[in-house]
Order: sequence, then structure tokens, then C-alpha cells
Amino acid sequence: MSWFNQTFSSTLGKKLIMSATGLFLILFLIGHVAGNLQIFFAEADNGRLFNEYALFMTTNPAVKVLSYLTYISILGHVFYSIALTQRNKKARPVGYSVENASANSAWTSRNMGVLGTFVLIFLVIHLKSFWYEMHWGGIPVQNYDGQEVKDLYVIVKAAFSQLWYVGLYVFCMILLAFHLSHGFQSAFQTLGLNHKKYTPLIKKVGMAFAIIVPLLFALMPIYVYIQSLG
Amino acid sequence: MSDELFFQFIAKKLITIKKMNLTLKVWRQKNVNDKGGFQTYQVSDISEDMSFLEMFDVLNEDLARKGEDPIHFDHDCREGICGMCSMYINGRPHGPKQKITTCQLHMRSFKDGDTITVEPWRAGAFPVIKDLVVDRSAFDRIIQAGGYVNVNTGGTPDANEIPIPKTVADEAMDAATCIGCGACVAACKNASAMLFVAAKVSQLALLPQGQVERKTRAENMVAQMDAEGFGACTNTGACSAECPKGISLTTIARLNREYFSAKASSENV
Amino acid sequence: MKLESKIPEGAIGDKWTKHKFNVKLVNPANKRKYDVIVVGTGLAGASAAASLGELGYNVKAFCFQDSPRRAHSIAAQGGINAAKNYQNDGDSVFRLFYDTVKGGDYRAREANVHRLAEVSVNIIDQCVAQGVPFAREYGGLLANRSFGGAQVSRTFYAKGQTGQQLLLGAYSALSRQIKNGKVEMHNRTEMLDLVMVDGKARGIITRDLITGKIERHSAHAVVLATGGYGNVFFLSTNAMGSNATAAWRAHKKGALMANPCYTQIHPTCIPVSGDHQSKLTLMSESLRNDGRVWVPKDAAKAKGLSAKDAANIPDSERDYYLERRYPAFGNLVPRDVASRNAKMVCDEGRGVGTTGLAVFLDFSDAIKRDGKKVVEAKYGNLFDMYKQITGDNPYEMPMMIYPAVHYTMGGLWVDYNLMTNVDGCYAIGEANFSDHGANRLGASALMQGLADGYFVLPYTIGDYLAKMPYERVSTDHAAFEEAEKAVKDKINTLLNIKGSQTVDDFHKKLGKIMWEYCGMARNEAGLKKAKGMIRELREEFWEDVNVLGSNEELNMSLEKANRVADFLELGELMVDDALNRDESCGGHFREEHQTEEGEAKRNDEKFAYVGAWEFQGVEKDEVLHKEELVFENVKLTQRSYK
Repeated sequence: MSWFNQTFSSTLGKKLIMSATGLFLILFLIGHVAGNLQIFFAEADNGRLFNEYALFMTTNPAVKVLSYLTYISILGHVFYSIALTQRNKKARPVGYSVENASANSAWTSRNMGVLGTFVLIFLVIHLKSFWYEMHWGGIPVQNYDGQEVKDLYVIVKAAFSQLWYVGLYVFCMILLAFHLSHGFQSAFQTLGLNHKKYTPLIKKVGMAFAIIVPLLFALMPIYVYIQSLG
Repeated sequence: MSDELFFQFIAKKLITIKKMNLTLKVWRQKNVNDKGGFQTYQVSDISEDMSFLEMFDVLNEDLARKGEDPIHFDHDCREGICGMCSMYINGRPHGPKQKITTCQLHMRSFKDGDTITVEPWRAGAFPVIKDLVVDRSAFDRIIQAGGYVNVNTGGTPDANEIPIPKTVADEAMDAATCIGCGACVAACKNASAMLFVAAKVSQLALLPQGQVERKTRAENMVAQMDAEGFGACTNTGACSAECPKGISLTTIARLNREYFSAKASSENV
Repeated sequence: MKLESKIPEGAIGDKWTKHKFNVKLVNPANKRKYDVIVVGTGLAGASAAASLGELGYNVKAFCFQDSPRRAHSIAAQGGINAAKNYQNDGDSVFRLFYDTVKGGDYRAREANVHRLAEVSVNIIDQCVAQGVPFAREYGGLLANRSFGGAQVSRTFYAKGQTGQQLLLGAYSALSRQIKNGKVEMHNRTEMLDLVMVDGKARGIITRDLITGKIERHSAHAVVLATGGYGNVFFLSTNAMGSNATAAWRAHKKGALMANPCYTQIHPTCIPVSGDHQSKLTLMSESLRNDGRVWVPKDAAKAKGLSAKDAANIPDSERDYYLERRYPAFGNLVPRDVASRNAKMVCDEGRGVGTTGLAVFLDFSDAIKRDGKKVVEAKYGNLFDMYKQITGDNPYEMPMMIYPAVHYTMGGLWVDYNLMTNVDGCYAIGEANFSDHGANRLGASALMQGLADGYFVLPYTIGDYLAKMPYERVSTDHAAFEEAEKAVKDKINTLLNIKGSQTVDDFHKKLGKIMWEYCGMARNEAGLKKAKGMIRELREEFWEDVNVLGSNEELNMSLEKANRVADFLELGELMVDDALNRDESCGGHFREEHQTEEGEAKRNDEKFAYVGAWEFQGVEKDEVLHKEELVFENVKLTQRSYK
């Protein structure tokens, strides 16, 4: 299998992994944001549907498979980005003293690593707050028609009633938006999908995605916070 | 017009031609082992009709008269096609204008009193030989790895035997227009040579003559590119924006396609 | 010395075929026992090195640039001629042959030119097979255009970058042989002497331009593909590094220099803008297909007239002098005619621009007729280039152009096999004198370079090598020792003069002398004066030049000094040749010999020969040898483009 190793140890192969994992995470975001939209309607039934959804997402075997793929994608995306960044740094051992990079490229495209790092830090905090709590934390339990269901909604409300926490979320979603604004279309370019018929559309969809999805995510803590004030 | 009037007229014209005084910060490095550093020079009475390299000629003549070592820089055709000139001017390869080489950059793009910083191309794969001169033989080795069609001289079919759609020929030409100057590498924050490799791979992948070795070519050229120590492409687009010939990013997408499909389907295990 | 051109017997159309059969062959298994040195990697050198490597010879190739891809062939814009007759407009090998001999004003060797026309068709096939993206029609077949005064469309082109694409084709073939280990490539290395052993060329001495190391290279034959010597004029369309050193040092070792006075002045270059000017930029001749050349009728209105104000001159006050004087060819007359006419109107005081040394090339009629879009599609990149350099927009105002030195038809004398009179030393491409006579037609330089490298030399060199023993000459041989010492001594001398003037100071002075007295028009008095001036300048050079730095480093100043030292000798020979050739022909225009209309007037009785000069020592006059030109297939007529 030397050809296989060759392929994925080449710079192009590593980029292919970045692209594939990135696209998978984009799909994940779609699922995640769609499901979480329930937050906006959760107060009506005191979080019952939301909690049942959370239970489904943590127990359904198909979802489990997807979630493992997501973990692998995250790890792969991070690992290969570090590997590539190191290589890229080595490719220019002596830098320029004057650089005017904004004249030829977008800031976001040059700072994916920085943006990605912040997104990763966010991810750790985010996972600790909810994913970890849901799996292993001491979460209060609700009884819905005789079934014991962890009340994640209470945790969410508690977390998002803190202003600094909401602020952190909003800030990180802005960074995610920037990350996606380059990452979405870049993933297609890396796969070799660049065609004058479709690329303009990909770029538009990518930009829309990069704005809408993080915006929805950011609205959630804001909404919950405002609710908590009332 | 009498002669006298004529001379007055010319004199007036000459006054109206703008002359500039500039400060140059230039990278000086004796040889590949020297650490190197910036030196500052003043140049005066620079005409806006001069090319950037002619301005350097003037400075070098001055230095030579003072017995100082002239600033070494690569240049040859001075009409934007040989790809030899290679200066990183005020933070950009080939200076502030797009789609030209340094030799085509004219001083009218600068203002009196400007400070101009000039550095060599920076990349591990392009070691500095002296001052602003770098070694770009890595590009030659990439072409040697497969940037050709394996035909011997003679015995080739008639040139019109295989019709090639005009659009395809034109697209191949747009890729083939690469002058191998290395501005793409210099501009890229990762010092990636993808645009250079993509241009050659695209040209030959588009043309029927390149089909026979299409897969091996993509595999070998990419392997050589990686072996030379160039960085990876992160799709910033800086290369294409700074390319004197405006080679498109679509060539890079094509290279990605060519490489992945070659890796997946070629006979090379 | 008797010059043997070794032209094969037989009818013109059969000579090459017969000759190919008659040449001795080297057994495929024995080719690896022969080493060949190729100096220069332009169209001729790269194609020769690649083809010889493919055949199995061990090739060592040298170029002074950082990569073979940068040779100045790359700058050719317009195209390459080939007698394919794809356009069904009556072209043929014979017509291309005929046009080339006529275009060269009957000063080329018939047999060579016919061979060139024959192999021209193979070149196109070869290049297409290499993946050269020539322009095509919508049906997918190759496109052609008419170029440089030809009345058939036989020019193949790749946008305005034909030279680049052909060179990259040859470079890719060369790269393939480098990869295969058949060619050993030496970049940034300059040849400084030819080494002769027992009367044969057996090697060269080189300088590594980065380390300054002087090296010896031995071989069974040496091929010089080092281009022309246009930079003798300082300002020319040549690349800054283009030089005559390799050819000139071979000349000093015995190779004859033929017709050195034949220089081509290209009519459409961007005029000089000031003293800082380092080179002249050529605007493709194809511009004359749609551009109209004019100056004001009235000298008073011409003085200082800028392109911006050109529109103020009404049509009735404009002199479209080429259309007026040559109604049949109009703006498309051959280069020498167009250049001389530009000089003539400027001499009359009707030149425009601040210097008065420029004429207008006007596209307003073409834009009116075809629309801006069509003009842009044809010439967009040239217009952009012009605007970049001058700051003027040619869509809105006429271009200003003036002739500039472009190509040198003269060069090392070679026989039919492209071998100089020195055994084992070959010269190909612009470096030799052979195919263009006194004037080269547009789109023929690329053709000749590739013809020599791909299709002629690989055959003829075998004939010589087959007769050579396999034994290699050791680089420890006394001849190498001696040559190396001479090179080192010369370098040390240059470094130790420590005078007060820079190398460029001398080069510029030489250029001015050459342009003034041995440029577009020459006369006896001027040439005699120039000879004295060059001698004085040369003397001054060896006393007062200041070459900085040391040999053991990258040293531009030393590189230039070596080259200019040779130009200072070559310049004098050009003047001698121009003086000797007491007639006008093609690019050589002696004012004493012109028709009433100011056209070049040949003297076929006295001057239908190749003037080949033999070096005698630096301060001695060279000795002239004549190769009589015999015309059996082309009738000598007064060239007329009326």
C-alpha cells in the first residue's frame, strides 16, 4: 500500500484530508444547528422535546456512528492542520520584513490556523459544558411518561444566563463564520471542483452558509439569556 | 519653429518630466552562508520613465563609481518574458502592480520621497545566492520530473492530424504562459509551488498530446514539488493574484483532480 | 585558406535528402562513447542538446542564465514560418525558399535555405507533439497568419508568445534528457574559451558564475548555440546578458566570422526615453498588419509632438509614408525597408516625440473599422505592454515607435554541415551566418534555430564523429592547461586595472559609435572614423576600466567586463566588414549605394560573396576570405516592394 501512504503523506493528500474532514464537519454543523433550533421553542414545554432530542442523539446507534465520525473528523482536521502548518512554516525559514499580503489575498484565507485554534478552544469549552455533562455529569433528571430523561435544558439555561458565557459564544461564532467563509469554498477547490459554471454558486452558498449557520448558533445563547432576564 | 524656440520647448518639456528622490532599503547578502541584512541607499533624479531595474542600474553605477560592490539581482530579457527578475518590493513580488514582472514596473508607480523595501524571494527551496539573487533550480527539477511529453525528435505525426478544439488550445495556452519566475512561491504565505506545477500539469493534461503520460506526470511532478520542500496550498489565491501572467486558480483545482485520480487509478503501486 | 562550403551535388530539392544518405552514421551502441558540448540553450542549443541526447551521445550543455528556459529565444513574439500550405494559398517549400533568399537580398547560400524550408514542416509537427499550444481555428486545426511581408499565410503562432512556447517545448525535451542522464546541464556557467587539440575543437573553458571557478570540459565536438551579438550596440532588443563572448573566443581560436556587418534593425520598437535606458523593447511586427505608420507632413508640426496631441493633426497633414511610397505592400514592407524609412523621415526633421526620433503607429482606423474588441483580441497584450512602459494608452492615441537593433544575420562561418572551419566546432542558430543572407524575414529566426537543432545538426555531427576515435582527451592535456591560464590571466588583468570608468561607461560609448556609424545607414567616411574611435576606446578600456570585486564570487561587473572586452574587438570587425562591403544589401545600407528612391542597391558582380574574416591578433586587421555565392535557382533581381 505504498501508493496509499504516498498519497496521504503528500501535501495534496493531507489537504484532501483537510477538505474531506472539513466538509464532513460542515454537514455536522447543519445537523447540529437544525436540531438545536428547538432551543427557541423549548420554554413552551419546559424543555421536554429538547431533552428527548438530546437523549435520542446520545443513544441512537446510527447517530452514534455519525458522532464517532465527527470526533474522527475533528481530530483529523486538527492533526493534519498542525502537520501542514509546520511544513508550511518550514518552507519559508527566513520571512519578509515588509509584507503587504492584503493586496493579494483575504485575511481569513491567511489566518485559518488562528481562527481554527480559537474554534478548537471554543469546542473544548463547549464540549465540557454540555457534551461532557450530558454523558458523565451529574444532571438532574426529568420523568417523561415514566421514562427517566436527563434535563439538559436546565444546564443550557444555567449556562446561558451568564453574560460572559454568552459573549464568549457569540465571539467564537463570529470566528467560526470567518473560518467557514474561506473553508467552505476552499474545500471544493482542494477536491478539484472548480468550474466556471459552478464555482460562483459554491462561493455564494459558502458565504451564505458561513453567515447563516454561525448566526443561528449565536442567536441561541442570546435568546436564552434574554429569556433568563424575563 | 526656429531651433531656439525648439530648444526652449524641449527644455520646458524636460522640466515637466517628474524627477524623484527615493530611499531604498535593499537586502544585501554576500553569499549563501552569509546572514545578510538591509542597507539603505538614497537615489535622486529618478525619471518616471525608468523601469524599476533601470533605477537599480543607476544606483549600481553610483555604487561602482564609489568602489562599492553593486547590488546583484537577476534580470535578463527586461521585457517580462524570461522570468529571471525576482524582487519582492514593498511586501509584494514584482512590486505594487499586478500582471507584470519587476522589469516591466516603471517608476511612475512610485512617488517622490517614497521609501522602497526590496527583498529577495523568500523560500527554503529558493536559497539566496547573493543579495537579491536566488536559486530557483528546484523549478527545473520539477519539470525534469515529468513536465514534458516523451517524444523523440522526428517521427511525429502531422501537426494537423489531431484537431484540438480552439477553446481547449486556448486554455492550454493560458496555462502554458507561465514564465517560471517564482512569484507564486514568493507571494504564498506557505511558499507553495502549486501554481507553477499546476500550470504545467494543466497545459499537458488539456492537450491530446499529454494524455499518454497524464497520470504519471501528475504523480511525479507533485512528488518532486514536495521533495523540494515547498509548502502546501491553502487556497489563499495570492499566487494567482501576483502571477505576472495571471495564471488562474482553476489550474490548481485541475492539478488536485489530476493528482487524486492518478493516485487512485494509475498502475504505479 | 580555401573555404569549402561542402554543398552536396545535385538538384536543389535533392541535396539534403542525398546528403542525409551519404553522411556516415555512428552505430547506436557507439554513440555513448562520444561526448558533445553544447553552449547555449535557446531554441537551437536546447533542441540540439535534447536531440543529441536522445540519439545516445553524452551531452554537456551550458547556459549563463539560471535555467535553460530563460534563453532569449523566449522573447520572440510573432511566430514561426513553415511551408505547410495548410491555408491552400499557394505556399510550398520552394516558395518559402525563394522568399527567404529574396528577403535576404541574395546574400544567403541557396542550399542551406532550401534545406531550412524543407525541414520547416517537420518543426511544426515536432512542436505540436511536444504539446506546444499553437493557435487554432474553431475547427481544431492550426491557425496561420501572414507575417513580415510574406504574401502567403505560413506563420504559426501561440498568442504573442511564440518564442516562449517553442523554447519551453525545447526546454521540456532537454529536461527529459537531463532526467535520463544523457544531458549534464550546467546553469549559470559561461564559456570563456575554446580548447583546440591537434587542430580540432576538443573542449571549452568555463567560469562558474556563482563561485568563479574556472573549469575544463573535454568532448569530441563543441556546438556553439550562443545567439547573436546585437548587444554590441548597447541598446538593442536583446536580453541584457546576450553576448558574443563564446563565439568571439572561438573566432580568436581560428573560426571565421562571416558577414558581421549584417545587422537587422527592427522597425517597431519603443523609442529611447533617456540616458538611463538599458534596453529597447520590441513591439511585435504583427502590429503593422493593422497599424498605420505616419509622421506630420510639416517638420515644424512634428517637433516635440506628443502622442496625446497627434489627434490635432488632420488627416490631410499626415504623411503615411510607407503607404505612399510602397502602395503594394504599404505598412507591411520588410523590416529593413520600414526601418530605413523611419530614419529617413526623422532625418528630415519630421520625427515626433521629445527626442524627434520616433514615428507614429496609429490604430484609430483599425479601431473604427473593426471595433475596439477585435483590436483588443489581436493585440491586447501588446497594447498593455506599451501602456505599461510609456504610460500612453494606444487605444486612445497612436503608439510611438522607432527602429532598434534586433538580430544579427552575420555570425560564425559554417559549411553545409554547420561546422565552422575549425574541425569539430559547430555553430547553430543565430550564432552562425548561414540562412538569412543580409536580412532576415519575420518569423524565420525561430524556424532556423529549431531547424538547426532538431533536424540538421543531429545528422551532420554524426558524419564528423563517425570519423573520430573514441578516446577522450584528458582535461590535464597541455592545451587545456594553456587555455585555462589565458582565461585566468585575462580575468586577473581586468580585475587589476582598477581604473575610473565603469564597464557600462565603455559599453555605452561603444554602442553610440556603432549606432551612429555602423547602424541603419553607413558610409565610408563614418566607418573609417568609427574604426579609429573603437580602437581608441578599446585602448582606454584596458587602461581605465574599473572592475570591482574578485573572481571567486558572483560578480556581475566582471561578467560584463569580459563581454564588453569582446564587443570592443567585434565592433571593429563589424566596421571593417561594413567598409569592405561597398554595396548596399538588406540590413547593410551604404549611403553611397542607393537607387534614386533611396532603396538598397546591390552590386552582385563584386559582392555576391560571403565575407569571412580570419583573426590575426587584436591590433591587427583581419584577413578576408570569400565564399562566392552561386545562384542557380533564384534569379537575382532588385528587391522592390513598390
